Amino acid sequence: MATVDYQGKAFDIDEDGFLQRFEDWSPEWVEYVKESEGIKDLTEEHQKVIDFLQDYYKKNGIAPMVRILSKVTGFKLKHIYELFPSGPGKGACKMAGLPKPTGCV
Amino acid sequence: MAKHATPLLDQLETGPWPSFVSDIKQEAERRKANPDNIEYQIPVDVCDDLLGILEMSYEDGETHWKHGGIVGVFGYGGGVIGRYADQPERFPGVAHFHTVRVNQPSGKYYKTDYLRKLMDLWDFRGSGLTNMHGSTGDLVWLGTTTPQLEEIFWTLTHELNTDLGGSGSNLRTPAACLGQSRCEFACYDTQDLSYHMTNEYQDELHRPAFPYKFKFKFDGCPNGCVASIARSDFSVIGTWKDDIKVDQEAVKAYVAGEFRPNAGAHSTRDWGKFDIQKEVVDLCPTGCMSWDGSKLTIDNKECYRCMHCINTMPRALHIGDERGASIFVGAKAPILDGAQMGSLLVPFVPVEEPYDEVKEVVENLWDWWMEEGKNRERIGETIKRQGFQKLLEVTGIKADPRHVQEPRSNPYIFWKEEDVEGGWDRDINEFRKRHQR
Repeated sequence: MATVDYQGKAFDIDEDGFLQRFEDWSPEWVEYVKESEGIKDLTEEHQKVIDFLQDYYKKNGIAPMVRILSKVTGFKLKHIYELFPSGPGKGACKMAGLPKPTGCV
Repeated sequence: MAKHATPLLDQLETGPWPSFVSDIKQEAERRKANPDNIEYQIPVDVCDDLLGILEMSYEDGETHWKHGGIVGVFGYGGGVIGRYADQPERFPGVAHFHTVRVNQPSGKYYKTDYLRKLMDLWDFRGSGLTNMHGSTGDLVWLGTTTPQLEEIFWTLTHELNTDLGGSGSNLRTPAACLGQSRCEFACYDTQDLSYHMTNEYQDELHRPAFPYKFKFKFDGCPNGCVASIARSDFSVIGTWKDDIKVDQEAVKAYVAGEFRPNAGAHSTRDWGKFDIQKEVVDLCPTGCMSWDGSKLTIDNKECYRCMHCINTMPRALHIGDERGASIFVGAKAPILDGAQMGSLLVPFVPVEEPYDEVKEVVENLWDWWMEEGKNRERIGETIKRQGFQKLLEVTGIKADPRHVQEPRSNPYIFWKEEDVEGGWDRDINEFRKRHQR
């Protein structure tokens, strides 16, 4: 387990760069991760996706299915990839501080 | 001298079958010697450390890979299976050991020139170890590090004109039997359909948008050489509608012993002289064949097209000319609610470019399953949960006796309200006028 220091905050992460604890998330985390996820400038649309993922995770204890993410944000999957080049799982969930996706990926 | 002692693995170098241990050792030696002066981009001793960690697993009977791993390339949501060793200090060469799925050509025909180029790239940026091929069909590159992924992807797409395969909750890499390339049983061009569908649904393959994984496989005939009925959610199996073609002279040649039954497949043992009655006619599952000593007849309207007679006498019996395929849906491994093989959905569909009939079924299925499928629910499970009738509705297919092996034996039958006179709204007081409490 590695620890990242960024703008005065410390984040414990795993090999894939996912936060070990959702509670550690802070806006600085997004700033820190964005470049490695191929994102130059954060827009309101990025924030909308991140906010929804966090709300859904707090409420349900899991990440939403892609279909639900699209439906609620109104962003088609294509647009989500435009916002987060590595996709909703590796890109958006990582930035939102959600646990690493599991299963047969 | 090898980096790690591997006494248990060394035993697997004995015996007649090609030894994966000997092969990996050979690659380890070659990397160490580096005769081509390659500027290795991942640890030179990756193969040694792989053998070392495998030996450790042989000793203690446990895997030494950490759980999961999420890595990939920008633009795609799948294609790479991330993996990290749980003993990275002891085996640094495999601290990162990601697997890259490379989309293979339909039927897996290659030219050495192409394979050499692939291997040049993999020697340079990977472990030099492969799996030819993964069960789904991908050409699999075993073991590289995260920083190499985008590099590999760049060269693969820019110089080798080759893409990644699928992984995750999406359309996985389709695969086909060899089809018409070298089989006289093939009822349609499986390779072309596989290629066409792979291209048509690139988006669905690279960016997971489904409730769970979904696989296509294409068999040219019911022999099932790519096992589509067991290993794909959407299985297309070639068949024909008209009569089996019988060459009576060739039948006689089989009976006379000039042609060997099953093309000589059982020639390593003496099964006696070919007996057409016993080996073909009496084994026909519908009993629709007869042999009068000089002529073989087939009652084609009773034929299931099981392939047995054609398999046994390929030089005398041939598939019909009115060809197409059947579509089966829902095969899956046991998790979660039990193994399934494909269930017949479309008894006969024409299979000709641009394959609109096949695509229409696929897209209707996806529209339904993407909306109704639960998280991590294979389409076979969605069918179980919502009913085969629902599947017929969403695909616009009329129920047909061929949809069942046998009719239901329980009487828990649902009716649609509009099919029942008077509907469901009933007044208990009306009932009580005729039936006292």
